[in-house]
Formats: sequence, C-alpha cells, structure tokens
Amino acid sequence: MKRIVLFLPFLVFLVLGVVFYFLLGKDTQYMPSALIGQPVPQFQLVTLKGEQIKQTDDLPKGSYLINFWGTWCPSCHVEHPYLMTLAEQGVTIIGIDYKDQQAAARQWLRDKGNPYTLVLMDELGQFGLDMGVTGAPETFVVNAEGKIAYRLQGVLNAQSWQVIKAYL
Amino acid sequence: MTRFMFPEIGQFSLILALFFAVALATLPMVGYFRQSRLLLNTARPLTHIMVCLVVIAFLLLAWAFITDDFSVLYVSQNSNVDLPLRYKFSAVWGGHEGSLLLWVLILALWCLAVALRLDSLPQTIGPLVLSVLGWVASGFLAFLLFTSSPFVRILPDVPTSGGDLNPLLQDIGLILHPPILYMGYVGFSVAFAFAVVALITGNLNAYWARWARPWTAAAWASLTLGITLGSWWAYYELGWGGWWFWDPVENASFMPWLAGTALLHSLVVTEKRGVFKSWTVLLAIFTFSLSLLGTFLVRSGVLTSVHAFAADPTRGVFILALLVVLVGGSLLLYALRAGQVRSSVNFGFSGREAWLLLNNILLSVLTLTVLLGTLYPLLFDALGMGRISVGAPYFNAVFGPIALCLMVFMAIGPFSKWHHTKLASWWIPILGAALLSMGLAATIVFWQTFDWLTWCSLSVAFWVMSMTLLDWFNKQFMAGKQRLNQWRTLPSRYYAMVIAHFGMAISLVGVIMVSVNSHETMLKMSPGGQAEVGGYVFVFDSMELIKGPNYLSDRGHFQVYQQGHLVADLHPEKRFFTTRQQVMTEAALGAGFTRDLYLSLGEKLEDGAWGVRIHIKSFVRWIWLGGLLMVLGGMLAAFDKRYRQKRKKA
Amino acid sequence: MHAVRRKRLLFIVLIVSLLASALGLVLYALQQNINLFYSPAQIAAGEAPLETTIRAGGMVVEGSLARQPDSLTLAFNVTDFQHSLRIEYTGILPDLFREGQGVVALGKLRADGVFEASEVLAKHDEKYMPPEVTDALKSRQMTSESSY
Repeated sequence: MKRIVLFLPFLVFLVLGVVFYFLLGKDTQYMPSALIGQPVPQFQLVTLKGEQIKQTDDLPKGSYLINFWGTWCPSCHVEHPYLMTLAEQGVTIIGIDYKDQQAAARQWLRDKGNPYTLVLMDELGQFGLDMGVTGAPETFVVNAEGKIAYRLQGVLNAQSWQVIKAYL
Repeated sequence: MTRFMFPEIGQFSLILALFFAVALATLPMVGYFRQSRLLLNTARPLTHIMVCLVVIAFLLLAWAFITDDFSVLYVSQNSNVDLPLRYKFSAVWGGHEGSLLLWVLILALWCLAVALRLDSLPQTIGPLVLSVLGWVASGFLAFLLFTSSPFVRILPDVPTSGGDLNPLLQDIGLILHPPILYMGYVGFSVAFAFAVVALITGNLNAYWARWARPWTAAAWASLTLGITLGSWWAYYELGWGGWWFWDPVENASFMPWLAGTALLHSLVVTEKRGVFKSWTVLLAIFTFSLSLLGTFLVRSGVLTSVHAFAADPTRGVFILALLVVLVGGSLLLYALRAGQVRSSVNFGFSGREAWLLLNNILLSVLTLTVLLGTLYPLLFDALGMGRISVGAPYFNAVFGPIALCLMVFMAIGPFSKWHHTKLASWWIPILGAALLSMGLAATIVFWQTFDWLTWCSLSVAFWVMSMTLLDWFNKQFMAGKQRLNQWRTLPSRYYAMVIAHFGMAISLVGVIMVSVNSHETMLKMSPGGQAEVGGYVFVFDSMELIKGPNYLSDRGHFQVYQQGHLVADLHPEKRFFTTRQQVMTEAALGAGFTRDLYLSLGEKLEDGAWGVRIHIKSFVRWIWLGGLLMVLGGMLAAFDKRYRQKRKKA
Repeated sequence: MHAVRRKRLLFIVLIVSLLASALGLVLYALQQNINLFYSPAQIAAGEAPLETTIRAGGMVVEGSLARQPDSLTLAFNVTDFQHSLRIEYTGILPDLFREGQGVVALGKLRADGVFEASEVLAKHDEKYMPPEVTDALKSRQMTSESSY
C-alpha cells in the first residue's frame, strides 16, 4: 500500500506530461491572419530590380498571391521550384523579399529563375509586420476584390495549392 | 579581423561545455558504482572546465552586444546602435536564446559553488551531487545548442542597425530581475541534486538535511529577491499600478518559492528530529520540478502572458522531453527507493514538529492551489471544454484565507519546543500578544473605518510581529538562568528566522493596506487643470516633447499639493520607440514610507487633453521592504557558521 | 499513552478539516471566478449569458473607436469577420491597443447587446494574437471553407 502511494507523484506527473504534449500540438495548427477580409495594408517599397518605389495602388488588378521569401530561409529553397511551376501556369505572384539583402536576392533569382511578376524589398520587415508575418515562407491570397482571402504559413506545394486555389 | 571569429568561438565553447557536462554527468556516477575513487575525483576538474567554457560563451555573447555585432542574428533582433550601453548588456538576456544562456551560466556558477565547497561534504556525496547537476546542465546545454543557439550568424550581408530591444525591457529593474530570479530557480537544483543523491546512495541521515540546508536557504533568498524585484518592476513599469497580477509567469516563479519555503522548514525538522525524511526528499524534487515547469510554461508558448517568449513547437517538445526525463526520472527513482527510508518514530504531536508539519501542509496546499489556478485553463482547453481564464479573484479568494491561517501558526511555531510543549507554559504570553494585536488592529480599523476582514488580517500581522519579538525576548533574556542584563549570543540562524518572519508580517501589512486604503481614478485632464484624489491635489502644469536616445517622449509636468504644500513634482511620460514603433507608458512615482503617489498617462485626447491614471497607494513599499527582510533572513541562514565547518570523519 | 493518542487524533482531525476547507474554498472560488470566452458570433447567436462576467474579443474594426467628449468613456467594435460586437469602456486603453489588432475585454453583456467592459487587454507583443481571438477566427475560417 505504502509503495503505491510513493508512485503517486510520478503518475500525476505523467498525466500532466501527456496533457502538455497535446497542448503543444495545438500551437502548430493553422493560424489565420488578422487581415482576412481586409485589403492589403498601405506600403511604400522599393523594387528589387529597378529600385523604383511602388505603392499599394501599383498592385495588380484581379486575384494574385503575395509570397514572403528570403535567401536566408531554407524552406524557400524547397518552395521555389513549385512557384516556378505556378508562374508557368499563369498565376500572378508578388514576391516580398523579406528581411534580406538585395545582392543575394538578385543572385538567387538569376540562379533559380524568377517566378514573380513583381519583387519588392522589405529589408526591415516593416511590411511583414503589417501583414502579421511571423516567418518565411508565407503566402497570402488576394482575391479579385483586392481583399486578403487566405494565409498560408510554410511551404507552398501541390498539396497546399489545392486549398489555396479555392480562394483565388 | 579576429573579432569576426568571436561568435564561432562562443558556439564552439558551448559545444565543448556540453561534452564536459555529459562527462560530468556520467564519469562520477560510474565511479560510484564501480567504487573507483579516480573516476569520482574527476567531478571537480570537469566542473571547473565546464564552468569556464560557459562563462567564455556568455562573455562572448555580451561582447557581441557591446560591440554591435549585428552579424549575429540574436544581437540584430534584440539590440540597436542607439541603445544605451547598460541596456546593450542587459539585452543579452532580453530574448529567449540569451536568457537561456543566462540560465545555463547561473547553473554553472552554482556548480562552481558546490565544487568549491566540496571539502565540507563526504567523499562520495560531493562528486555525486556535482554529477546530478551535470545531468541538468547537459539537458539545458543540449536545449540551448539544438534549438536556440544565440550565436547564429546572418552572413554575408550584415544589417547595420538592428531591431532594438523590447522597450518594456529597457529598464534597470529588468537588468537585475532575470539573473536574480534565475539564481533562485536554478539554485534549487542543488537541493534537488542532494535529494537525488540521497535516493541513489540510500544514505538518508540527518547529515543529509544539514548539507542541503544552506544551499536551499541561499536559493530561497535569491528567489525571494527576484520575486520582490519583479513585483516592483511590474509596479512601476507596466503602468497599471498593480504589484502582483497572478499572471501565469509570475505564478511560475511563485510556486517554487512556496514549495521552497516548505522545503526550508521541513529540512529543519529532518535535521533536528530525523523525521519527515522521505517527505523532505519529495519536496526537494518537487521544488526544482516546479522551477523546471515554470521554465517550460514560459518558453513553450503553452501559456501566453506578458512575459512569454514567442512560441516555437520544437522548443516546446524539447523542453517537455527534458522535463519528463529530469522530473519523471527523479520521481520514479523516488517511488522505487523512498520506501526504504524509515523515519525514527520521534514525532511529538504538540511539539514544534507538529507546527512545522502544519506549515508544510498549508504551504503545499497553497502551492497546489496556485498550480491548479495556473494549469486549469490548460486542462480545460485540453479537454475541449472551451477557453477560460482564471483571474486574480480566484487566487485572492483562495490564497488569502489559507495564507492567513498559515501565518497564525507561523507565530506559534518558534514559541513551541521540540517534541512536546506544555500548554500551561505558554498560554499567558500568547493570549497577551493576541489581545494586544487585536486591540491595535481594532484601533486602526476604527480610526480608518475598515471592515472586519481587514481587522482580522491586521491582527494576524501584528500577532506575528509581537509573538516573534516576544519569543526573541524570551530566548534572549529569560531562558536558562540568565539575568535580565546578560546578553546571550543567539545563533545567526535564529535571527534569520526572526527577521524573515518579521519581514513576512511587514509584507502582509503592506498588502492589506494597499488593498483597502488605496485610491484610484482615471480621468481626463488638460494642462492647467487640477484634480483631487484622496486628499491630494494634482495640478497638471504642462506637456513637453523630449527626445531620448531611441525614443520620442511626451512628458507631463504635474505638481501635487497636500493641504496647500507642494509634496511632489511628477513627470510621467509616454514614450514612442522609433525602431519598434511601439508606445510605452512611463509612470511617475512620488514615493513615500506610508504612501506612494502614482501617476501615468493614458492616451492623448483631442485639444491637448490627456487620459490620466492616478493612484494613491497606501504602504505599498512595505510589501517590498518585507521581501527584502526575508532575503536578509535567507542570507543569514545560508551563511550560518555551523554549516561552514570542514569535513569531519564521515 | 492515552493522552498521546488523543493528541494525535486531535491533530489529524485538525489537518483533515483544514484540507477539507481548503478544497471547498478552491471549488467555490473556481466556480465563481472562471470567465468563459465568447466570440462575437456566439454572442450574436445568444449563447452568452447576460449580466455575468465573461470575456469577449476579436479584431478591433478600423475607424470604429469613438470617444465621448467630456469623459474617458469610449466605444469600439470588435469583429470575428462574421458578426461584430460593440464594446463600451471607461478608462485608459492599454498602450498596445490599436485598430485592426486583436483585443480581449472582460466585462458583462447588457440586455441591449452592448458589452460593457471593465478591463481591456492587448498584450505586449506586436505579433501577439490572444489565443481566444485566434480560435474565434479559426472557427470562422472553417465555416467559410465549407461554404466555398
């Protein structure tokens, strides 16, 4: 009897551990953007190529994707070929070069090809902050009304494209 | 160009430190089971090398901050060229990675302290204690290296200015708060190590308690100081005028404190009477487990709070695994081995051990209520029953009565004698002290028109003070055959107890007064306007715009008059930190022994008016004064002469 | 021997009654002081009790913040992009309160459907989204997914 009592703290702790484990799982779940249903926030960003200033008004009409990426981000390497495929299919993608360096980004696009209709530099991550970006890659779907319809955290691939497609 | 190698050296020395920690965790253990003195003796040099390596890594990270080496990702996220130097230094622990390194550094320093005092321990115990500390160090070094290295570089293109430190953390209180808090948290690992070693060797005698006591007292004193500082910081920095919020992260530091307080007292019984042995061991494990649990809750993102670090599931899983191995392992060891520990039947139900047992029960209940309140929303959520919050009202409702109850017994405990106390010998002084404190409390309550609950709690506070003084008087002058004018030297551990108990009572007075006798208003004021709060007239003179090193600030000028006399000039600020685009409220304080004037700015409204929050906080400083007295008590207990002696033949 | 046994019994009774009252206190306090969270949609659907302290939250609707001229009373709307809820509050908003950001308010729902807040919380991190708000938005997300 006494021996069983001695095991009690251990068992209680095990139960707690299991509960914690499942709570941890929750955090990995999908995180919606605060901006869904909202227009893209105002910005003034410099283009990667020509160093022109672009504003919110310069965004394309019709539906398109906004893709946050960076040369420092390993998952972006994984994602890049699929972005190229999408670009070939005629999907409009705006690239935001997030917290990155101009030279490295240019080199990246020269080496791997450029899937983007327009690439803007967000060196300080200010625009990323406005969009609620927590890391790269992240992709936002902007619908034909110019409102943000969906946010994807993580790599865009054939599987996640099935979900995203519905929002375009 | 060598400076550009420093972060790599830092990373490298952390890796080496991990190797030495693993060696420390295994070699002396193997030595114990193989009975090899040679292997046992490796503990000390291994500890020294590990400590050196960790210190080097920490200094290199600090150097990277001081020299604005923004090629280090962590530096670029948490510092800025414009940041004042002292904040650059404190920014080392301003984020997750650095504060974890600080955690490891402090653990290393505790290891060093044990290694330096190795001669006061029996030859097998000391190395084993270091070895158990080596397990903890290995776990945290691995966590640091595999999930959150602070030395990651962003190359080749280095940012030029950096993302700045969270403005909330740009404050003197925060330079000191985490290191001291961690000193306490981590310090309990020594008591934990002693407990685990006692279980491994099966050698659980009264000496065990004697060795563990000074370490526990030192850790307890640090944790008390850390919590006191944290409360003070929250009071003046968060701008709400509260001193304790029952925030999950505060609770995470408070639970080990409660358990540690219980441990401190049960160690006394174990040392003096040889009883409660297995309970004391469990408490030692429990206290450090709560420290680890706190670390887990703060860093895994399971809880969100003011202090929580950004959520990262891999980190959460890693630290959960660490928690399971360390806590689960030691609890399992406890379950398997504690059955062999027998207490000598030496327990008197009217003696001091009974009061200390009551103390332990009540403190454990308090710990569990806080734990329950903290985890309840998590459990509720895990069962899919919805999102709830357990707010301060729960904690106040539960904590208050039990804590008061505890303090009633706290006054009697020191008065009683070991094993058996004759009731007749102490009921007269007790009754006298009780009547005196109730009378005193009644006078104050009558004068200030408070309710009967206040009267109750004030009586308890005065009762603790008077009983503590009475006991001291008794022991100083009356005990034995001493005459009244003869001065006995009471041991410093006795004074430690007196001071700590007195501090507790002073804190209680502060808590009661601030909760019943404070005034609080939020109002709209324009320059030139005035308002009266609790007998003080606040005159809003003007606003000015000033520029700080990394912020712009709206600063208000207020004068406070009491009965026509100027008592304070207050300058509350609203700071706008340019890099992070974040607004911070800097409250202005008019500090005083019996009351604080507290003024903070809200938002700027139309035509130059401001929302203003004014508090008159009665006796709020007493809360922290009491805390500091408790720290002093803890220090005295830790450095008691009796524990300083060198090893005898063991 | 008898006296010792009586003392022991007395002591055990004391401890048990202490523990029992502590437990009672905990249960009572938990029942009284738990504040359930409701999203604007749940409130619109009439799921939330009136005149009981609850928590509500969502994104602050841009341009909805309105102040009364002579006091610190103000009102704003929060939304989960499905329904919105009007929140009234007297006092000083936290530093991190911004339109377009998530907030959680503690208070009571009045019969006229306005939420009277006694406390408004916006946490100290620009990336922070109160978990309740995340959930509320998430459930909205799921319903919209199924309707597409």
